[in-house]
Amino acid sequence: MLSHLPILQVILPLVAAPSCMMIRRANLVWFFAMLVSTAALVVSVLLLQQVLDTGPISYRLGGWEAPWGIEYRIDLLNAWVLLVITGLGTAVLTAARVSVQREMDDLRQTVFYSLYLLCFAGLLGIVATGDVFNVFVFLEISSLATYALIALGRDRRSLWAAFQYLIMGTIGATFILIGIGFLYMMTGTLNMADLAQRLPEINSSNTVLAAFAFIVVGVCLKLALFPLHMWLPNAYAFAPSIVTAFLAATATKVALYLLVRFIVTVFGVDFSLTSLPLQSLFIGLGLMGVFVASVVAIYQVDIKRMLAYSSVAQVGYMVVGIGISSVVALQATLLHLFNHALMKGGLFLALAGLVYRLGSSRIDAFNGLGRTMPWTMGAIVVGGISLIGMPLTVGFVSKWYLITAAIESDMWFVALLVVLGSLIAAIYIWRLVEAGYFREAPVARAATVGEAPLSLLVPTWILIGANIYFGIDTRLPVEVTGAAAQYLLGGIQ
Amino acid sequence: MSAVDLLQLSVLIPLLAAAGIGLTGKHQNLRESVSLIAGTLLFASVCNLYPVIMAGQVVELMWLEVLPGLALAFRVEPLGLLFALVASGLWIVTTLYAIGYMRGHGEQNQTRFFAFFAISIAAVMGIAFAENLFTLFVFYEILTLCTYPLVTHAGTDKAREGGRVYLGILLGTSVAFFLVAIIATWLLAGTLSFQPGGVFSGDTPAGLLSLLLVLYVFGVGKAAIMPFHRWLPAAMVAPTPVSALLHAVAVVKAGVFVLLKVCLLIFGLETLREIPATQWLLYLAGASILLAAIVAMRQENLKKRLAYSTVSQLGYITLGALLATSAGITGSAMHIVMHAFGKITLFFCAGAILVAAHKTEVGQLRGLGRRMPITMGAFLVASLCIIGIPPTGGTWSKWYLLLGTLEAGELGLMALLMVSSLLSIGYLLPIPLRAFFSDALPADTGDTSVAVREAPWPSLLALGITATGCVLLLIYPDIIYQLIKAGI
Repeated sequence: MLSHLPILQVILPLVAAPSCMMIRRANLVWFFAMLVSTAALVVSVLLLQQVLDTGPISYRLGGWEAPWGIEYRIDLLNAWVLLVITGLGTAVLTAARVSVQREMDDLRQTVFYSLYLLCFAGLLGIVATGDVFNVFVFLEISSLATYALIALGRDRRSLWAAFQYLIMGTIGATFILIGIGFLYMMTGTLNMADLAQRLPEINSSNTVLAAFAFIVVGVCLKLALFPLHMWLPNAYAFAPSIVTAFLAATATKVALYLLVRFIVTVFGVDFSLTSLPLQSLFIGLGLMGVFVASVVAIYQVDIKRMLAYSSVAQVGYMVVGIGISSVVALQATLLHLFNHALMKGGLFLALAGLVYRLGSSRIDAFNGLGRTMPWTMGAIVVGGISLIGMPLTVGFVSKWYLITAAIESDMWFVALLVVLGSLIAAIYIWRLVEAGYFREAPVARAATVGEAPLSLLVPTWILIGANIYFGIDTRLPVEVTGAAAQYLLGGIQ
Repeated sequence: MSAVDLLQLSVLIPLLAAAGIGLTGKHQNLRESVSLIAGTLLFASVCNLYPVIMAGQVVELMWLEVLPGLALAFRVEPLGLLFALVASGLWIVTTLYAIGYMRGHGEQNQTRFFAFFAISIAAVMGIAFAENLFTLFVFYEILTLCTYPLVTHAGTDKAREGGRVYLGILLGTSVAFFLVAIIATWLLAGTLSFQPGGVFSGDTPAGLLSLLLVLYVFGVGKAAIMPFHRWLPAAMVAPTPVSALLHAVAVVKAGVFVLLKVCLLIFGLETLREIPATQWLLYLAGASILLAAIVAMRQENLKKRLAYSTVSQLGYITLGALLATSAGITGSAMHIVMHAFGKITLFFCAGAILVAAHKTEVGQLRGLGRRMPITMGAFLVASLCIIGIPPTGGTWSKWYLLLGTLEAGELGLMALLMVSSLLSIGYLLPIPLRAFFSDALPADTGDTSVAVREAPWPSLLALGITATGCVLLLIYPDIIYQLIKAGI
């Protein structure tokens, strides 16, 4: 049983997804989905433990030997990402029941859970597999499920947002497929470890360069790296609240994982960052993303959209970390991957509570929220503080590592700009504080609106609490990501 | 009990007190005795640290290491001990005063009030004993956040508007400047621990250090250097005990204390003297002193006038620290104590006048001295302490500050200090003098049915104690002086 953990991680939600359709009763489906995702969480914890104890695990699907059959390879990097995704996916799902009930009719609820698990399975598959074609397959599974999930939003504009994402996502996926095709053409293998061995000999060929370009651009589209982020704000703003929380906490993280995996493991840092001018490109685009998206976020009226732009900015920080390409910088990226999942997961769940009570996430819905929904507003404030990066929250930890990495590589301006970026975040978070605590709620509302239901509040506060807990007791994330970064770049630095 | 335990207790007692206050909220008398007992215990443990530190022992305590090199850690050093002594001692007196004031004024949500008060004191202890800038910053922000409910206690629109300015400026400056300065310090020096003589190596470019110093001076918004002083008058919407302890002692003194500590233990006096920005910041502090004093003269509202007077007096302390001479630092540290006693008394008096006579404007106080002689007498003594003339302790701090300007050869600043002392005579002394020697307002004399009497006895006792303190500090400044000498 234990030796089959890598495949269990993926197959559990994948098989469970269609089973949802047979249950039909909304509450039962939710319970079933909870069971499955909790099981996935347990599996990922066991996996991480196993990797920490004995090193990378290689699992041969169907017993076929590695280069011919599909290999699932779990090392510290994807064990860590698996844990982040299952943890966040489960936490968001816990909150889903009431919110989904409010935002969808009965039939759609069943579809929702089914799609949720499908998307979950797809994301886990991308992370767990060691085979590049398998990556593409799972990418399509998760993407198609995501388009449908976004389209479930009750605003008709969600259809448009889903369509927009479908076009952009398909372009991205196609690019990745073309890249993979080129790689297969040149090397005759789809196994990542195998590719990593064979690519250095032929990496001067134009085909490999083209493959690299296609894959990086494709992944960056899914990652919503500035300026390929145009699909994200609409998708986040019009999707059902729970879907937004889920996507913000997991989907971009998986895309980031893919970027690291391709750049570092498959192509190797020597090729992708040192011999190509990608280093400065990533740092430049990342920082531009931070500034442009943060400034745009200030002017948003819909807070869901504001946080969506903030997500684009946070992706910028992570990509800067890849661009600096030292062990500490990569560690900062991996830390921020986890930390940002905690922040945005918590924040979007809090917004789900707001939408549940008020049916709106616009800034004027925040007026007087400190009185009418003190716990929800409190969660938003703490999450916001973490987003700014104040000490004793997780946001501080990853920014600290990023700044340290920039200085160690003598990139003073990068460090300075990272700090400045945080200040812009402080501005848009302050808008929420201002509305929540210093403006009056409309008289008609004050009497009727209460606190969000407990089943939403508790998961929200678990995530928000994690923001503080891991900001104080930093051992687990710092040690694991440190070891992972060391493992990935071990040969170079 | 070992010295480390005492240090641990100093931070934990107020926190436990807050929990205790929350639990006993239903029974007023029990709740207040929790506050008083905690205050006494806290003061006792801080006092017991005094001989240990004077003996030159090192008292250190580490809570946890958040990231390598970034720890929540505490170490007692003489200046911090001085600050802790003042804050904890005056907490007891203020609690006493608050009991009389809050009940006399019939305030709502008293449990919340006393609980947040206790947490604020815990934050102050954290600031006083912080071993490094990281710990200090954390407690600095906690202090801002947990004084916010105290400032907006009344819950009115006006209170919230005041609270908005309060939070906005204090959080804004701390995130935009202070945190940036701390990170830059870490990157330049590789440590955030306070060290005698400073942390920067000799070859750090002076331009960079200048920028850093500017960031610190503006970043510590609690020191209320103009143009970031507006939160202090805005915070005057708070109940008077809050204005008294927090905005005359704990919060503002935390600000100038941080500046003092940064000047002394992060830059070091040698380095500080060589930085070009120091000169400009000295002039800025001077301008802050003078302008705030002029604004204070024009304030009709008593508490507002006192607030601007605080801004002006805080300028003295910053100026003393930036002079970077031993007399300057001595005067600066002494003024933390003297101004604390003087200003807290003044606020106590303002509160007593509000509770007993329901008056808030300076013009309404004529002739009040005959009916509230103790209050107005205390007001007179405290005014002298702020101005800095005998028979009060304020004499000493002004003396050393003037000495400091001479040592640094800043004759212009010396003249400025003289002028602003004259101004402070102008905005403070007329109040008690008119209260004693002018005739009462016609509206008051006609209406004899509501006889104005002194405030409730706990409040009166409290302001008596602090006014006496002002006088005693003239006679026994030695305890403070020894502590400061050990600190430099």
